[in-house]
Amino acid sequence: MTGPQLEESAGFDRPTIDYIQRAAASGLYEIRGLGAKRRVPNFDDLLFLAASLSRYPLEGYRERCATKTLLGTRFAARPIELKIPITVAGMSFGALSARVKDALGRAATEVGTSTTTGDGGMTAEERASSKTLIYQCLPSRYGFNPEDVRRADAIEIVIGQGAKPGGGGMLLGQKVNPRVARMRTLPEGVDQRSASRHPDWTGPDDLVIKIKELREITDWEKPIYVKVGATRVFNDVKLAVHAGADVIVVDGMQGGTAATQTVFIEHVGIPTLAALRQAVDALDDLNMRGTVQLVISGGIRSGADVAKALAMGADAVAIGQGVLVALGCNSDSYIADGRHVSALEDYARLGTAPGFCHHCHTGQCPVGVTTQDAALELRLDPAVGAKRLKNYLQTVNMELTTIARACGKQDVHHLEKEDLVALTVEAAAMAGVPLAGTSWIPGRPGDPT
Amino acid sequence: MANLRPVPEAREFDLARGSLRDLNLYLHKQAAADGVSQIRVKNPDGAHSIACGLNADLDVQIHGHVGYYVAGMNMHATVTVHGNAGPGAAENMMSGRVHVRGFASTAAGASAHGGLLVIDGDASLRCGISLKGADIVVGGSVGSFAAFMAQAGRIVICGDAEEALGDSLYEAVIYVRGRVRSLGADARFEPMADTDRAAVKNLLAQSGHAHDPAEFRRVASAKSLYHWHADANQEY
Repeated sequence: MTGPQLEESAGFDRPTIDYIQRAAASGLYEIRGLGAKRRVPNFDDLLFLAASLSRYPLEGYRERCATKTLLGTRFAARPIELKIPITVAGMSFGALSARVKDALGRAATEVGTSTTTGDGGMTAEERASSKTLIYQCLPSRYGFNPEDVRRADAIEIVIGQGAKPGGGGMLLGQKVNPRVARMRTLPEGVDQRSASRHPDWTGPDDLVIKIKELREITDWEKPIYVKVGATRVFNDVKLAVHAGADVIVVDGMQGGTAATQTVFIEHVGIPTLAALRQAVDALDDLNMRGTVQLVISGGIRSGADVAKALAMGADAVAIGQGVLVALGCNSDSYIADGRHVSALEDYARLGTAPGFCHHCHTGQCPVGVTTQDAALELRLDPAVGAKRLKNYLQTVNMELTTIARACGKQDVHHLEKEDLVALTVEAAAMAGVPLAGTSWIPGRPGDPT
Repeated sequence: MANLRPVPEAREFDLARGSLRDLNLYLHKQAAADGVSQIRVKNPDGAHSIACGLNADLDVQIHGHVGYYVAGMNMHATVTVHGNAGPGAAENMMSGRVHVRGFASTAAGASAHGGLLVIDGDASLRCGISLKGADIVVGGSVGSFAAFMAQAGRIVICGDAEEALGDSLYEAVIYVRGRVRSLGADARFEPMADTDRAAVKNLLAQSGHAHDPAEFRRVASAKSLYHWHADANQEY
């Protein structure tokens, strides 16, 4: 005896039915945090061809493999020098608490890398704790001021973000506590829109002049980064180079956000893998590799990801969501007085569970990472967070050097595209590397074997 | 500063003979150390970023037309342009005073936090966009989208305003004397109170413009878009 045959529609499956019914009930699109959840071709689809008979490896645990990274060598009198090519991506005070920003700075300083401010300005805590701090100049200009420009180590002009290129931003009122409101010059509790366009310039010709203004204000000392969300990357990177950027940051569609429409997160922009290849092609086309540095972000998680990004031509990576996860994002517990305390009930109250949570927009983060709530933010002890993040960054860097040594490189920046193959036709085409076991790069002239 | 040195007694820079870099470097690092507080700039010839990033009580008089971002991010200084100004005049100013004797192009006073920007002539599109606390007085008229998303501060417009005045305003207040082509989303006319008339009188006096405060109308946010909700439709 069998029950009735239930046949689910491919087009109108249960998530689609949920979406339509929720839209019908509320009249609003969904806003959520973090990045794309759909699977897109990514660094997992690439593999390394380590040394064997035709290449000579370094001894994995003994021989030196350099990780020093210089950013901003084109025009700035004081380029950024990092010990590792793994940086902390821009995340706002507002999205994150001041305690979290403090933790990021402490960890980054310990491992010798940089942190980046975000929409909402620079907090005293992060400036104090972060030896190398990149100050973002965003369309909203929330909290943007010349004193912090002078206190920063580099300026990053944000054109767009991988999770929402062209979309501006939103900080929902529940996260706008008195300090956030004061820093952004807005009333408490108001939903704060961040504009999608800069207020005082439009287009690449203006950007040339804007960059020169920032150079004049900083007396040509600090590097100027330009960050773009990954869409028409080849052209955008070329325009940013022409505009005078020292460093270009390309943020792929897997990049995270504190709060953005789901339709944006899942349907706008291109994968990091494809964006990186286009960015490198643009720099090659202009013969600017090594003159203008490239930072790639958007879903970078591990040392393998970093190694593959560097092999494809990035000078460094920026990590956002991985950093939050290291601090405890999506963990089932938080640490108080050295003990793990369950956060499961708080996840359940949000209608989610560890491993699935993307409720940064609510400000009710069960582990105290993406919150401005006075009680919840205490769940993240900056010292504990800094230790965990330091461990994570250190691990990622060790994985990176392990792979580089196996490929015979004395410097992680010597990793090259020739060290890579792809597992899928899509990844081969996007990354511009051969399908494993062949010399075939889809879309490129060559002799398929 | 090999090609450009201030004449000590006149404190004058001639940009036809020297570079913008030398001028700004002098204003940033040397003027205060030299005890110089008044600087005259000749032949700006539309150069961009003149006197940007100042952080001292200087009086900079620029004789001629300037390009983008004159007095950008100004703190403490008084900068006067005896001519017209390009886009972004006094953008992100924190304090001090910037006075454009002629006309100003787009985005004058964009995201300025403090201080006073006076434009004797007309101001083009997006004057006072994202304003964060500064005061702006425009002697003439303003183009479309003036005070777009302005968060705090006051804008006095002695002439007319084009389309979408005050679109998506937050807490900034606009006082307009002439015709308004249209208001932007969430902006509305409100009654003038005594405090508004006093504010207008004070700002007109500071800027050297003589009008009767009773001739001005107040525009402020209706605050209907302060929270995301279904009935806002596409206006949000």
